[in-house]
Amino acid sequence: MEPVYLDHNATTPLDPRVREAMLPWLGERHGNPSSIHRFGQAARNAVEEARDKVAALLGGRPPEIVFTASGTEANNAVMFDVARRAGLRGHLVISAFEHPSIREAAARLEKDGLEVTRVSPGTDGVVPAEAVVAALRPDTLLVCLMLANNELGTIQPVAEVAAAARERGVPVLCDAVQAVGKIRVDSHELGVDYLVLGAHKLHGPLGAAALWVRKGVEISGYLVGGGQERRRRAGTENVPALVGLGEAAAVIMAEGADRTARLAALRDRFEAGLRRAVPDAIVHCTGSPRLPNTSHVAIPGVEGEALLIRLDLAGFAVSTGSACSSGTVEPSKTLLAIGLSRDEALSSLRVSFGITNTLGEVDLFLDVLAREVAELRRLSPLVPREAVAR
Amino acid sequence: MTDRDLTAVAMSGGLDSSVTAWLLAREGRPVVGLSMLLWDRSTEAAHGRCCGALDLGDAKRVAQQAGIPHYTLRMDEEFREKVVDPFVGDYLAGRTPSPCVRCNTWIKFDLLLDRARRYGADRIATGHYARILDGPDGPELHTAVDADKDQSYYLFELTREQLAASELPLGGMTKREVRELAREAGLVVAGKGESMEVCFVSGSIRDFVESQVAEAPDRYAAPALAAPAALVDAEGRTLGVGEPYYRYTVGQRKGLGLAAKSPLYVLAIDPAENRVVVGEDRDLFAPGLRGERLHWIGPAPAGPVEATVKIRSRHPGVRALLRPQGGGRVEIDFAEPQRGVTPGQAAVFYEGTRVLGGCWIEGRL
Repeated sequence: MEPVYLDHNATTPLDPRVREAMLPWLGERHGNPSSIHRFGQAARNAVEEARDKVAALLGGRPPEIVFTASGTEANNAVMFDVARRAGLRGHLVISAFEHPSIREAAARLEKDGLEVTRVSPGTDGVVPAEAVVAALRPDTLLVCLMLANNELGTIQPVAEVAAAARERGVPVLCDAVQAVGKIRVDSHELGVDYLVLGAHKLHGPLGAAALWVRKGVEISGYLVGGGQERRRRAGTENVPALVGLGEAAAVIMAEGADRTARLAALRDRFEAGLRRAVPDAIVHCTGSPRLPNTSHVAIPGVEGEALLIRLDLAGFAVSTGSACSSGTVEPSKTLLAIGLSRDEALSSLRVSFGITNTLGEVDLFLDVLAREVAELRRLSPLVPREAVAR
Repeated sequence: MTDRDLTAVAMSGGLDSSVTAWLLAREGRPVVGLSMLLWDRSTEAAHGRCCGALDLGDAKRVAQQAGIPHYTLRMDEEFREKVVDPFVGDYLAGRTPSPCVRCNTWIKFDLLLDRARRYGADRIATGHYARILDGPDGPELHTAVDADKDQSYYLFELTREQLAASELPLGGMTKREVRELAREAGLVVAGKGESMEVCFVSGSIRDFVESQVAEAPDRYAAPALAAPAALVDAEGRTLGVGEPYYRYTVGQRKGLGLAAKSPLYVLAIDPAENRVVVGEDRDLFAPGLRGERLHWIGPAPAGPVEATVKIRSRHPGVRALLRPQGGGRVEIDFAEPQRGVTPGQAAVFYEGTRVLGGCWIEGRL
């Protein structure tokens, strides 16, 4: 049996249409978009077409899009630029379970002299908007709030926070990397100032991402050198990857609503079947607004790491949390942040579906999950007796 | 037992365990590679050490070359508890420990085999140079064919149950053959050198002991960082003042800083009195040793038995009479006096190529 991939929050397979769009730029076509000759002109055109498509997806205008190599780079660029322009003095507000590219950037800036307030999510996996607003100060330089949490899939009250921040003149950075492609994301509806997406989370290639910067909001070069990206990000453009990002954005424009429904059908079938397959399993944050594709599940008395390995050996790829650590297992900071104990966090599994998954794969997965959980409980000395008897 | 007919290979990222994984995968058997993150000091220059994260990256690459899945298991808490803390504790108690024996028994077989079973693997393979052969009483542990590389000394605490679930494919090969195989297979680790003796210590062992004590003084039973030790002769006369006692090893000659007609050596370490006893080379020879935590791989013998005993890993071995004393204690009479009986080291018993068992050295007879 071909392995079944159920870890789409880590990365997604390339859409065949995206691959087709990229192939000429990995083959017969080439050019530096900054060159004057016709090779350069064609490459420039390809990059600008991609920019149009990404801008359209986010409801923005093409000049508002800055291409980067990763979501991490985009998040870092905004934070370090905002801090630098303020002379490394002032205050940041972030949620406590932001992606590491925000958390670690904030920690570095804290060392450099900024103050950082980290707002904790509730046990429902949602950061209360009023808690973020209450943390704002006259010297707050930036608020960072992700649109969807990468581990839990919970959707955060970004529009509410952005409206309040706008009244106080505080810009908002929204890391929407996990959300774009799964739910509708519109820069103006959100009302934020910076919005970040990554191509490889939406069936585009690795190595391409985009930062949307609201018109009128300043961002000066983080990488300096050539004049690319209107001097906001130097470095020769990764033409094939950006063409892929543009195509992936165009596909979502056309199919987005349908995708959301298909993902939710997979997720709902899994969560309904899970009640029969592993009756004592707990799905986190079901009462909160969530991404349609993500189930974060705690299986009491089962070590998540061991279950992940057994499932992988049985042909199903899932995750115990985010894929950004060294590949070893530590309790997820996100799960600790929503108030789970270390043991509960270590018994959790993240299943994230993608549009290429089928309902049949979900059923197969449920069978194997039930089998592997039972086997692990039989073997594991950690399991309380009553859990085995169940 | 378990459900998958799967063999787990312990992969350190070094040459030997890499070739082991590749050999098993080549047979077409279901194999999974497991690496242990034992000592995570990301800030230290770790490359080339068996516990370093970079070596674990090499293990992942070899697993891809062999076409097998690979997982890294964080086991640093267990490693500290079972290996590093006793290692430091031994130095503080005036002994010279052999951490690789503990690591091999507790970590590579006990813990890793337990983890492997959880993943559905009922057998474990490692890159040790030693052989497991069938005998009348079950599996037996034997020395490697390549005598220069033999590692059976480090495995004397294994049980028959563990041996029954283990494979050591390199035991019948020479290091040269293993290296040649790695080259033929194009493994990324083919050019790698040998790993160091104590993998978690990157500088001096003495400095390591002091840094560990300074980090957590309450972790160890023995007194922390003692004053300079008195250097005394066998009659108890003070010859000078040295460094703290745990900086010395039995048999050590260099660095005593004492003037004498003939060269002086460390004979014994006495932490309670903070004394280091020194004497001449001939005083280092002992007629036998007292051992504790006696272990037999097969059934324990009813009375005294003869065997060849190695009192450290590179010792050539000496014929001896083993006299079990009960309570896990044993007294051993050597056929001829041996130099450097060192408390904290293992004494391992052999009959021909077969490892009978061993004990931990308490002192000389």
